[in-house]
Amino acid sequence: MRSFALLFLTLFLFWVLLNGSLAPDVLVVGAAAALIIAALFPKALSALTDLRPTPRALLTAVAYVFYFLKELIKSNLAVAAIVLSPNLPVNPGIVKVRTKLKSQMGRMLLANSITLTPGTLTVELAGEWLYIHWVTVDAPDIDHATASIVAGFERYLEVMYG
Amino acid sequence: MDVLGGLLVVAGAAFLLLGGLGLVRMPDVFNRIQAGTKATTLGTLLSLAGFAGLQPDWTLKLFLIGLFVLFTNPLSSQVLARAAHRAGAEESPLTTVDVLNDEQGK
Amino acid sequence: MAELLINLAAMITGVAFLLALWRFFAGPADADRVVAFDVLTIIGITGIVFVAFLEGRGIYLDVALVYALLSFLGVIAVARYLERGL
Repeated sequence: MRSFALLFLTLFLFWVLLNGSLAPDVLVVGAAAALIIAALFPKALSALTDLRPTPRALLTAVAYVFYFLKELIKSNLAVAAIVLSPNLPVNPGIVKVRTKLKSQMGRMLLANSITLTPGTLTVELAGEWLYIHWVTVDAPDIDHATASIVAGFERYLEVMYG
Repeated sequence: MDVLGGLLVVAGAAFLLLGGLGLVRMPDVFNRIQAGTKATTLGTLLSLAGFAGLQPDWTLKLFLIGLFVLFTNPLSSQVLARAAHRAGAEESPLTTVDVLNDEQGK
Repeated sequence: MAELLINLAAMITGVAFLLALWRFFAGPADADRVVAFDVLTIIGITGIVFVAFLEGRGIYLDVALVYALLSFLGVIAVARYLERGL
């Protein structure tokens, strides 16, 4: 029921933003469409499904967005520096890291965040293990790699999703 | 405001260019995914922000496009990377370690 | 001034598109072409927004959004195909 309601709300909100209007007919059609889709896919994940409904989790979510944008920009500058340097200083490899997160959505957001940040790309997900392609491997063992790739995001996601 | 928007669009285009350059220069498919999808994500976001400055009426829709790109880009690059690895894509000789291959006994 | 900057940006984006196109044709593996295709579509989204701005037609933004949606699904479908083979 909770996931149904959240999916409905997410879809409906997206519809309203897309239309950019609050006219009654727009709202009625949007509500009907969102209702049908939410009824057809009761188990579909929405970014809000597992989010804890506490004020602290919501504040952390806002802080997370800013942290993420900062990391995204750092990531791009790092990749730009590599691409522009004449001798292409890469040291690629695939390493394994572990996450403490339990929820599906938390893990998915973690994998997504890792993919958009400095030189790392999630290749495979298997339960609590993530396999990460890293452009410049500087710590191949699990603990070090986990500390430098996962820990930063996990701090936030743990509060948000657990 | 117009000049600021224009500058943002140029900065975005510059990141798109870096993405293209990375795609050409990087040694194997995984590194290409990294360079190609990351730089283009930021490039797109910057350009969209710039256009929002130039054309404030469009802000909402540009924001939605940006949000969509921000969510789908990492997903598609992850799915691609997984597919490439499962299909046994060749790795650059510079590759130092591949835990996934080791575990699968390749 | 803004117009000059937009034209400059459009040119840079064009070069980026050509670079990605080169990778698309050069390959060598199928996966490389799919990556290039992915990047081409992302650049294409920005390209559509450029056209929307230069022509002053907001409706093209919806085109960009639908294009983003379809190309995302396309890349996912092709990746699935790569994974399993024929």
